Amino acid sequence: MQRQQLLLLYTANSSPDSAVGAWSFFDGTGRDHHMAGDADAPPYQSVVAAMRDGWRVIQVPALLPAAPGAEHDTAFLKYEFVLEKIVDVDGRGGR
Amino acid sequence: MTTLPLLDSKQMAAFVADGFLRFDGIVPPAECAAVLAELAGGGPPSPFGAAPGSDAANWPGQPLSALFHASPAVSGMLRLPRVAGIIDSLLGPDPIYDHHYTHVIAAAQRWSQPWHADAIQDPRRHAFDIQLFFFPHDTPRQMGGTMILPGSHLRHINEAAIARYQNFVGQQAMACPAGSLLVCHHGIWHGGQPNLTERARTMFKVRLCPRRPQKRTWDTSDIDDPAVARILQRDHGWYGHEVRLEIVNRIRLWRHLTADARFDIDYWLTRIEEAG
Repeated sequence: MQRQQLLLLYTANSSPDSAVGAWSFFDGTGRDHHMAGDADAPPYQSVVAAMRDGWRVIQVPALLPAAPGAEHDTAFLKYEFVLEKIVDVDGRGGR
Repeated sequence: MTTLPLLDSKQMAAFVADGFLRFDGIVPPAECAAVLAELAGGGPPSPFGAAPGSDAANWPGQPLSALFHASPAVSGMLRLPRVAGIIDSLLGPDPIYDHHYTHVIAAAQRWSQPWHADAIQDPRRHAFDIQLFFFPHDTPRQMGGTMILPGSHLRHINEAAIARYQNFVGQQAMACPAGSLLVCHHGIWHGGQPNLTERARTMFKVRLCPRRPQKRTWDTSDIDDPAVARILQRDHGWYGHEVRLEIVNRIRLWRHLTADARFDIDYWLTRIEEAG
């Protein structure tokens, strides 16, 4: 049986080798649990570093022009990379 | 002319850049103990969840000066010259009460409140409310307290729409001695942290609004200090290459607060305005 783990990395710009400024981890195996404010250092320095540790990138941030008149507005973190690992939870593989 | 000790321009610039100011141990121990006892006794009633028509439900919108008289400890804390001076510096005279609430986090509470900004998304461009977070007893990191994200206050988000985020480079937990005050811009991203101790944690929060546009409401005698521009350019790290957008938005807020429409840093805004 397999379960998904999600790692969200928020980077300095749209490049996957830029520095991580924020991060989240959601574990579909139920083995691990993370929440707001529980770590002060990112698990990886970049998306590429996570890829080298076996994480698969399943979403890269779309690059969208600013709306006219709102060029200087800031809101959510723009550069959100979604990564996954598929983990075997019972040692038998399969889905 | 006020006789209260006001913030200086460098402190105001820090508030504009960071979205908060913290004052460790600003309230003396005796006053802290009195506030804790008053809060433990159930007072003052919060308008949050108050019965329609009750006194507490009618508090929002009233002058701060007209309220809290039946709660002498809380009232006394808010009227300490240093505390009142902070309020007046940020909001101007005669601020308006919005609401208050006593947050009590039970012992051994392992749940972390998700990141959020209070109230609903605020479309005001420059005017801001402040929220005072008062910690009447020692609050070590194991006890929480409130996690804040420096430099997040000018971002336009609605409440817990940011709850997907868990951790940021540069996030700061308000772990502090008794009597500490955290004063935040209404837009700051924050959340209550787990309390892993065997004692409940108490934090008193009150939101206040300006009565009129906030213009030179602090001690401006150091307004031309070069340190002001340096402070406004702080990079908090977590927003990556958007730091210049953050600084531009701080320049606009500083222009509003100082009534100086020509203020600029590195010609950034003047450049695009001159082209118009």
